[in-house]
Amino acid sequence: MSTDIKLTFKDFKSDQEVRWCAGCGDHAILNSVQKAMAAMNIPKEKFAVIAGIGCSSRFPYYMNTYGFHTIHGRGAAIASGVKTANPDLSVWVINGDGDGLAIGGNHFIHLNRRNIDLNLLLFNNEIYGLTKGQYSPTTKEGTKTKTSPYGTIEHPFNPGELVLGAEGKYFARSIDVNMKLTQEILLNAQNHKGTSIVEILQNCVIFSNGVHSFYTDKETKLDRQLILHHGEKMIFGKNKDKGIVLDGLKLKVVTIGENGVSEDDILTHDAHEESPFLHWMLIHMKGPDFPIALGVIREVKASTYEQKMEDQIAEVKANSSIKNVNDLLHSGSTWTV
Amino acid sequence: MTDKIDKVIELDHVVIRFSGDSGDGMQLTGTLFSDTSALMGSGISTFPDYPAEIRAPQGTVGGVSGFQVHFGHDINTPGDYADVLVAMNPAALKATSKWVKQGGSIIVDRDSFTTKNLIKAGYKTDDPIKEDCLDRFNVILAPISSMTQETLKDTGMDNKTILRSKNMFALGMCYYLFNRELTFTEKFFESKFKKVPAVIEANKLVLKAGYNYGYNVQELTPYKVAAEEIKSGVYRNINGNTATAWGLTAAAEKANLSLFCGSYPITPATDILHELAKLKNLGVKTFQAEDEIGGITSAIGASFAGNFAVTTTSGPGLALKSEAIGLAVITELPLVIVNVQRGGPSTGLPTKTEQSDLMQALYGRNGESPVAVVAASTPSNCFHYAFKASQIALEHMTPVVLLTDGFLANGTQPWRIPNMEDYPDIQAPIAKEGTKDYLPYQRNKDNFVREWAIPGTPGLEHRIGGLEKMDKTGTVSYVPENHQVMTDLREEKIAHIVADIPDLEVIGEDGGDLLVVGWGGTYGHILTAVHDLQKEGKSISMVHFNYIKPLPANTKDIFKKFKKIVVAELNNGQFVNYLRLSLPEFTYLQYNKVMGLPFTSIELMDNFNNILEEK
Repeated sequence: MSTDIKLTFKDFKSDQEVRWCAGCGDHAILNSVQKAMAAMNIPKEKFAVIAGIGCSSRFPYYMNTYGFHTIHGRGAAIASGVKTANPDLSVWVINGDGDGLAIGGNHFIHLNRRNIDLNLLLFNNEIYGLTKGQYSPTTKEGTKTKTSPYGTIEHPFNPGELVLGAEGKYFARSIDVNMKLTQEILLNAQNHKGTSIVEILQNCVIFSNGVHSFYTDKETKLDRQLILHHGEKMIFGKNKDKGIVLDGLKLKVVTIGENGVSEDDILTHDAHEESPFLHWMLIHMKGPDFPIALGVIREVKASTYEQKMEDQIAEVKANSSIKNVNDLLHSGSTWTV
Repeated sequence: MTDKIDKVIELDHVVIRFSGDSGDGMQLTGTLFSDTSALMGSGISTFPDYPAEIRAPQGTVGGVSGFQVHFGHDINTPGDYADVLVAMNPAALKATSKWVKQGGSIIVDRDSFTTKNLIKAGYKTDDPIKEDCLDRFNVILAPISSMTQETLKDTGMDNKTILRSKNMFALGMCYYLFNRELTFTEKFFESKFKKVPAVIEANKLVLKAGYNYGYNVQELTPYKVAAEEIKSGVYRNINGNTATAWGLTAAAEKANLSLFCGSYPITPATDILHELAKLKNLGVKTFQAEDEIGGITSAIGASFAGNFAVTTTSGPGLALKSEAIGLAVITELPLVIVNVQRGGPSTGLPTKTEQSDLMQALYGRNGESPVAVVAASTPSNCFHYAFKASQIALEHMTPVVLLTDGFLANGTQPWRIPNMEDYPDIQAPIAKEGTKDYLPYQRNKDNFVREWAIPGTPGLEHRIGGLEKMDKTGTVSYVPENHQVMTDLREEKIAHIVADIPDLEVIGEDGGDLLVVGWGGTYGHILTAVHDLQKEGKSISMVHFNYIKPLPANTKDIFKKFKKIVVAELNNGQFVNYLRLSLPEFTYLQYNKVMGLPFTSIELMDNFNNILEEK
């Protein structure tokens, strides 16, 4: 790739009118993605943006890159084919929580298992928006929606835990309105070789407005968000005086300066640790007892599917006497008449 | 001892069926017989017939595994009825004796006729020959197990290992009976078991013992079977699935593109994936997906990204892929979907053959969703039609369904190896870097084909997707008139493929009393029936379709020269109804069978004769 590519976010805007609702969190995410891509030093033609079906999945139409708006749930599977066929591309998958985790749940877990080098943005608004307000696999139990007028009786899952359960190597979390954090994560995800899952807590102004407001309210957000950076202490709070410690086999929120707790006692974030257990606990944290963990939570190096595919092909080619189809047709047992 | 060979039966062609328990090695026995016969210059066609279960209950009729070999002169099918049946146990006899020709021979392992085995096979008496009235055949009760034990008694092998070779005793008998050489099979033992010399020796001893037994007993009359008049060239045996895999690979080479196969295991198509997975030496990428949908969608992704992409499946898998095929239709990406048909509906008869997915291939999608449909008709021509399906997909930017079936997939025949120099280059309409004002849905005026801009090409960035596309620009459009235009264009594009497919050829006179119409895997059986009736002087001809959609241009001209048309197919009338829709000016008779089995040439002849006799 060229080392000096001057692109701005405007180069990534397509000529199509953006049709999301006013106030939809997707607008902020689109801006974050366009800005981040401009900063990646990758030629524009090397980007392929793939989506399934849902509000968020209109995304490719708004990007002036190669793009493919596919069918419901299959974005990850189609992108797996794109990257395996053409490893030179920077491949981005746009998924909603319904698209990626319900109808596309099977592809989602197998993508993580294979560790194909692509980036999947999971817009999580805990609702089906495009079909107008049905509960999704991430909707909190008891939530009233059009298909659960008396409250859901299903337990949701947490996307990050699904990633870990599927042997995933990379998981980050951001919030639609925090464009700075989102861009920082996207750049990091691009540099990570392997499947990078980025969950973005996204607000649907129509069907689940305020679903993440416990964490995003301006007044209280600093006390309810823990922004993680590899190698840094897990400290948060308005006064930067709260931290996370390990108490036996559980995490605990402590206040620095109280009960003899000093900064040294606070856990240091190690995103590169292969063992998923501390990452699991961080992903699992939720209010009111805990802040929500944001940033790159897990980033573990591992070989990628498409690289192993290329390596295996090179090795088998080098050791085979069959160089073309004519050789193949004459291989094995033949006879001449 | 030569006085023993005082009589010989001369035949044009012979059918042998090896039948035994699914653990008895019947597939190997049949393959070895077939390979030897091919090497000795016979025409060959084979078909395996095995239970869906890996290990069905031993000794029962459900667990019987068979392998039929038809060899000699003018061989088009694995044969209807067997001249010789080799039955390794009572269950095999029970299951297959109805497939023996009048006056044929049955060789049975006498030692297997224990009370326990007879009960398991469902015999009510201890004399199955009498019980099933098999004395009208030449039944040879050979002590196959005990002779095998006797042959190997000094080797120190345990009894179980020894009995594993009993299939080679039966094979040896057949080699005597049909005057086959042992050397090819001996060489096979040497390479197959090169790490265990004792096993090589044991198998050779038993094979020879079986041969000598055949020579020494007076009950067997040897046959002299005619050789094929064979065109010179280099030959190999090939089955339909391998030929399909290789045809796809050949197309990728001729298109100068990488081959990507996204697939999911399903009987009887899985062997195509197996074969392609071996071909990393030719750069083939196989992606064993998490499900059928992942198989086709990964392939569609690979196609978008610039590979030649294929997916392989059987009926139930094709159903799962329907929505994704629609995506390939609307995005106009090249894709070959191989459907190896089996008995349906639902899980149906996974290991049996049928032609009942034709309507699914043609119409089994939401919306007006036309694709091209091509069908192979012999095991070896799966190579050619896989190549042609690929060429159509790539040159016309469309999904193509290639139909084969369980009969073609597993059947083998000798194949005169083609030279790849005789195959054309495939010219996919790839948009070149520097194309001014590239529009994804701008079409070639002659054939309505759009250009394929491959991600990574500077300046050709564009978006495609499953929402209706605006003509030329490919942006999302809900304009009613545009939907009509695009629907018509997609249909027209498929219709224009007709310019690239050959005319139908009539086998027989160009006109007459009866035209027999077939398609796909029934070719050999129909051809045999029609040839035999032609020899009897009947006014009967045949056409066989490999191109289903679009139909060859001269179809109508051929049909109108015949008084009657009968369409024979292994379903309840799918092709005949497609013809009724496509060419409604003709009256079609039909002959159908849905038993999971191929036609027999005899039943076809009976039916055609009846039609010819009706006024």
